[in-house]
Amino acid sequence: MARLKTIARRTFLIGSAAIAGGVAFGYYRLRRDPPNPLLKGLKAGEAAITPYVRVDAKGVTLITPRADKGQGSYSIQAHLIAEELDVDPHKVRIDPGPPDTAYFNSRIMDDSLPFATIDEGIMARGARGGGEVLSRVLGMQITGGSSTVPDGYQKLRMAGAVARETLKEAAARRSGVSRSQLKTKDGQVILPDGKSLTYAELAVEAAQLAPVTDVTLRPEQEWRYIGKKMRRIDIVAKSTGTQQYGIDIRPDRVMYATVRTNPGMGGTIKRYDASSAEKMRGVKKIVPIKDGVGVIADNTWRAFQAAAAIKIEWNDPPYPADSAGMWKVLENSFSKDLQDSRLRNDGDVEKALAGSSKPIEAEYRTPYLAHAPLEPMNAVVLYTQERLDIWTGTQIPVFLQAHAAKLTRLPEEKVYVHVQPIGGSFGARLDDTYALQAIELAMAMEGVPVKMIWSREENMAHDYPRPIQLSRAKGTVRDGMVESMSIDVAGQSMGASWFNRLQAPVPPGPDVSSVNGIWDQPFAIPNFRVTGYKAKEMVPVSPWRSVGASANGFHHASFLDELIHAAGADPMAELVRLCNHEPSKKVLQTLRDISGWKGSRIDDRRARGVALTLSFGVPMAQIVEVSDTPQGIKIEKVYAVCDVGRILDPVNFEAQVRGGVIWALGHAMNCELTYENFAPVQTNFHLFEAMRFHQAPEIIVKGLELGGEVRGIGEPPVPPAAPALANAIFALTGKRVRELPLNKSVNFA
Amino acid sequence: MQLTVNSKRYDLDVEPEMPLLWVLRDELGISGPKYGCGAGLCGACTVHIDNTAVRSCSINAGEVRGSITTIEGLGTPANLHVVQQAWIEHQVAQCGYCQSGQMMTAAALLSKTPDPSDSEIAEAMDGNLCRCGTYTRIHSAVKTAAQMMKGK
Repeated sequence: MARLKTIARRTFLIGSAAIAGGVAFGYYRLRRDPPNPLLKGLKAGEAAITPYVRVDAKGVTLITPRADKGQGSYSIQAHLIAEELDVDPHKVRIDPGPPDTAYFNSRIMDDSLPFATIDEGIMARGARGGGEVLSRVLGMQITGGSSTVPDGYQKLRMAGAVARETLKEAAARRSGVSRSQLKTKDGQVILPDGKSLTYAELAVEAAQLAPVTDVTLRPEQEWRYIGKKMRRIDIVAKSTGTQQYGIDIRPDRVMYATVRTNPGMGGTIKRYDASSAEKMRGVKKIVPIKDGVGVIADNTWRAFQAAAAIKIEWNDPPYPADSAGMWKVLENSFSKDLQDSRLRNDGDVEKALAGSSKPIEAEYRTPYLAHAPLEPMNAVVLYTQERLDIWTGTQIPVFLQAHAAKLTRLPEEKVYVHVQPIGGSFGARLDDTYALQAIELAMAMEGVPVKMIWSREENMAHDYPRPIQLSRAKGTVRDGMVESMSIDVAGQSMGASWFNRLQAPVPPGPDVSSVNGIWDQPFAIPNFRVTGYKAKEMVPVSPWRSVGASANGFHHASFLDELIHAAGADPMAELVRLCNHEPSKKVLQTLRDISGWKGSRIDDRRARGVALTLSFGVPMAQIVEVSDTPQGIKIEKVYAVCDVGRILDPVNFEAQVRGGVIWALGHAMNCELTYENFAPVQTNFHLFEAMRFHQAPEIIVKGLELGGEVRGIGEPPVPPAAPALANAIFALTGKRVRELPLNKSVNFA
Repeated sequence: MQLTVNSKRYDLDVEPEMPLLWVLRDELGISGPKYGCGAGLCGACTVHIDNTAVRSCSINAGEVRGSITTIEGLGTPANLHVVQQAWIEHQVAQCGYCQSGQMMTAAALLSKTPDPSDSEIAEAMDGNLCRCGTYTRIHSAVKTAAQMMKGK
């Protein structure tokens, strides 16, 4: 972890940092800027420099420190800076920058706090401020939690504005014209007589100046990019096969490598015999590593072949060997001593249950799920006794740097992490096990770059999955309305598992992730109780797209639908009636209107299900429409409506919503990790298909801009899709499916 | 062994059973075809052999008869194939890792079926997995590419 003295120096450093032949501008947190909501939690007088704009003789480079795993973060970060800097993001260089505590994510902790993301009460705001301070102190440069936009919306534009005004100041001094007389356009300062000076020409002079910080952000009427359809900066590269990912890095003299570690994650290696593998063509070295063994060869396929030929005996990891045993652990976790949270307890659930002649009870189960991005985990590493260079895609560069320093015993400043574009992540690159393995191999090949790639089979077995979760739900209805709902959730703690691997402190308080998507939902059920039980840790787990809500949305919105049907109410009307959060209510009403909702049954062949889950501050409601076909149930159409405060890029907004819906439906229909002999049975995509082309429905997207806080959209489309589908299946068939994946219970076309 | 890739001839000293994908990537440094599954399940490694879409991870180099085209040979940023133009127009890519394979499959489809129906598109594209869920835009882009080919 970053050391405190470094943090102090960087946090309090004010001024432009001169770089070789140029200047780096930062974002300045100003004392006089109280309306900025992102400044909550910052003490008066504190200032931080976080470099986002570099100008040198060659031109402008925008620093985009949030990792791009396909969600378009490089593009949106560049457009936000460019909006104020007056450059064309397609004509400048984009660089993810070095790992640095200055790039801490002010919003990454929001989802780990025991306050709903829409809670604007003083305690919630205070806790969020505390989360921001914690992130800053720990230098948590993390990409995730749909936080890139909320974290960067103000500060990236501010960085662009400070850089622009400072360049204008340099031009003013050179020309003798006052700064207020100068304009900027397309990377140039324009003088009143029409002459222009390029930013590049002004770099050296700008570096001598104290940055101009008395800047105000442009009013939205003047925006050129925000709110308009943007063109992704990587779209040509990604449409021509010329985009280079981490797996494509190929330095001179590179050697190719792979590893085999205990398929029971967390288990160690007993012994191995590499005698036949050593003799195989192209094999350079076979190296023991943590929990396994690695092969370095002159071709990846030869490394794969040799690794497969090694005879290995493993030690068992410390959890049940199979899925039945794992579920048993959860079934036995509903006990007082394991109760971890009760974040919601409205009314009197016990009284309502006791007063009902027919309480409704149900049990919901969601499986372990792999992230399985299409680009397998990989890293290129060059180790010498003087320095370590790592080329890899990562969402946690500062953590990787710290872990690598510890492993190699090099000082952190000698560890260079070159962050690469990522071929999908969905949370997978929030861990760095693969990179540390590559470092172990490179340390055995001093001075030779080593490219380590996991085979798909290795990747499936070592993809720290989403945890399994078991809910026991009870509820009552009265007079055609939902009267009470109690959900007890047992799950292993994602936070404990993941933060421990990061060697970061586990956030204090209850394990919020295991109940998010249930306790924080915007419905005023008169008696509503949510209780979390912390099961012991089993398979090591990690955040999976939309984190806790990805599973809990299914538990909550499915059971709510059960109660609504038991009450004899219309699902849409009852959700609207129960909803006590204005933006969520508008989302539901809009969904009702654009879909022409007339009940869950359309005709005897077609039906609809509806669900709303509020996650990451975004109310997202969806209708899934299904039909009965001779080949099975077919998803015909999905309507998705949400409120994100403001849509920055309508193109990517729609892409993220559609992609999130397809992600969620595909896994809900078709995917689970089941365990035998400590390892997942699903070794490749034939057993873990998610959604393919022929199952993808038409998806109608409507984003509302109700003017509240600007939110990210990567995660929120996921949670309501599975319950909307299951609710539609109920409406079509009368069968209530309470366990994912759904294809265990119904056939899909 | 000799292989012709993107109209260029290469002399290679590799095992005949090495999958074509690893010859392209590690021996020739052609990185457009991607490794995703190694078992013909995801389509990220799709190339053309003559005009047929083939999973390069699942054909041994020694079995290749014909001329190989990778995404780099289909078109370049300066000289785009119509499929690539359509992919850009619809901003299909998210992470983009599967898209080389998607475009190679789409180009092979259109070369044989210039005006494919929705079900023909679905059938052809079903073997190419996209974890980001870009399928609806892939569908639109294939339609657009077909239109553009008609116009030529």
